[in-house]
Amino acid sequence: MTWTLLLEQSLNGFQLGIVLFLMAAGLTLVFGIMDMVNLAHGSLYMIGALLCATFTEWTGSFLLGVLLALPAVLVVGILVEVVALRTLYKRDHLDQVLASFGLILFFNELARIVWGPEGMAIPLPAWLDGSIEILPGVPYPTYRLMVIVVGLAVAAALYWLVVKTRTGMLIRAGASNRTMVGALGVNIGLLFTLIFGFGAALAGLAGMIAAPIVQANIGMGESILIPAFVVIVVGGIGSIRGAFIAALIVGLIDTMGRSFLDVLLGTFMSANAAETAAPALSAMAIYILMAVVLFFRPQGLFPPQGRG
Amino acid sequence: MVLNRRIIVTVLVLIALALLPVLLGGAPFYIGVVARAMILAIAAISLNLILGYGNMFSFGHAVYIGIGAYTVGIFAHYDIFNGFIQWPVGLAVSALIALLFGAISLRTKGVYFIMITMALAQMMYFLGLSLDEYGADDGLVIYTRSEFAGLIDLEDHVTLYYVVFGFLLLTVLGMARLINSRFGLVIRATKFNEARMRALGFPVGRYKLTAFVLAGTICGLAGLLLGNFTNFVNPDMMHWTRSGELIFMVVLGGMGSVFGPIFGAITFLLLEEFLSDLTEHWQIVFGPFLILVVLFARGGIDGLLGRKDRSDD
Repeated sequence: MTWTLLLEQSLNGFQLGIVLFLMAAGLTLVFGIMDMVNLAHGSLYMIGALLCATFTEWTGSFLLGVLLALPAVLVVGILVEVVALRTLYKRDHLDQVLASFGLILFFNELARIVWGPEGMAIPLPAWLDGSIEILPGVPYPTYRLMVIVVGLAVAAALYWLVVKTRTGMLIRAGASNRTMVGALGVNIGLLFTLIFGFGAALAGLAGMIAAPIVQANIGMGESILIPAFVVIVVGGIGSIRGAFIAALIVGLIDTMGRSFLDVLLGTFMSANAAETAAPALSAMAIYILMAVVLFFRPQGLFPPQGRG
Repeated sequence: MVLNRRIIVTVLVLIALALLPVLLGGAPFYIGVVARAMILAIAAISLNLILGYGNMFSFGHAVYIGIGAYTVGIFAHYDIFNGFIQWPVGLAVSALIALLFGAISLRTKGVYFIMITMALAQMMYFLGLSLDEYGADDGLVIYTRSEFAGLIDLEDHVTLYYVVFGFLLLTVLGMARLINSRFGLVIRATKFNEARMRALGFPVGRYKLTAFVLAGTICGLAGLLLGNFTNFVNPDMMHWTRSGELIFMVVLGGMGSVFGPIFGAITFLLLEEFLSDLTEHWQIVFGPFLILVVLFARGGIDGLLGRKDRSDD
């Protein structure tokens, strides 16, 4: 284990954390404010990635692809909310889970029809394809650095939106007492639709920036959805700050576990045993983390205050 | 007991299931589809105990199917085919895992409970994926089914069918007794008013955990059957979407009804067969169908058979 490798892997973990945060931010908002479990959030991640791939192919520019795909996912999200999910806010969680599970099946199949079973790869433009020396002699892929920068910028913008603006105030008020906000004359239905669309756009963005690394494919939403759930549960449902911190923790633990656990285990067990145990343990690490957190803090690390 | 529509339909379905291999003259394909449906029905019945009666929205129930099936697979991997060893171990491991997972997840409520059961199941899924010794994502092929000292020959598909049918009958009758027992009444009462049950002095937590473990164990049985039936086990059996399908079977059949999950599982599999015959992209129909069932047919198939008698409610 060298320090450069450690640095690289921490950056990778950080970058995974950023993608998870973009997913989790929308989920936790929808969850916290509308009390709605939306499994189809992963589908929006996938749709974002695939739309971006198509637009990139049409325009020949990744940047344009993202700029076109973002409003498209926003529209898809709003459509989903208006057509299917709106009726589910008053239902219990089981209904929401099942109906959004139905949405996943629908979107996966739709994507398979439109984009084919293999999905699409997004080629990176030349200016993002290289690497930068972050320390003398330590190159790191430019694109991954970009992801971190963009993610932090979005996180900052989100913080500003939620804490400093009137919309954000309504969002926070809606999270703590939506009946009261409604009684004060705010159009709760419209607010919910907007938040949902906004969350969809964030999930789509996460899909878009992940796509050049993992390729846009069917089922990519399901593999990120559960870690995103882990993030919001660890962070405390409804808390953006919690989601941010938990996303970084989860991203780091997952990446570090995969790269260094065998070395770590090797220090106190035989190399052979370590090699067998490490992949299993590192694959389970974030779930063990979640179980431990929930065991001691059943409401997550940062439970939102003032929920009646 | 009044001879109502529900009872007539239930009896007819059971008679049809009993006679099916005779009616089909041993046609392996359809017998296979129905046997599979019955195995999943056992799993759905077990899920219904906690979901429908106990109000515990477990989203990781498929894990116990995986544990059962992996037990058969791993023993077979080491050339141990004796069912008298495989099956008790499979049930015991299912019970232990359910005890552990239940103890962790029952500390939480509502959405957190859904999430944590899902995450724990997903953890087992990844565990399966990372076990190279047991085939990782390819899983294990089970060349030889469980052997019961020559008493029953599971290699014969009609025999296997009737073994599954027998276990299904046993499960459903056992469940009918259980939910009307004192234990069942406590569990159902907890669904409606947990605080009051607690105030009455019932150790609600222990009751719920017991139900959780029982459900996991019965589902482990379904896993043992499924491993034998498909001659195959892989991590995919534990994936959270499999758990979602189990929940759908319960809801489709009718939550909190003894026979509902049987209707649900059979309808689910027949629909899947029918639609996938029709088009390769059957899920584009199936997904919206699921949403419609959730939105407009909360009682499921059981609900369509008429309102429940107050006495057996």
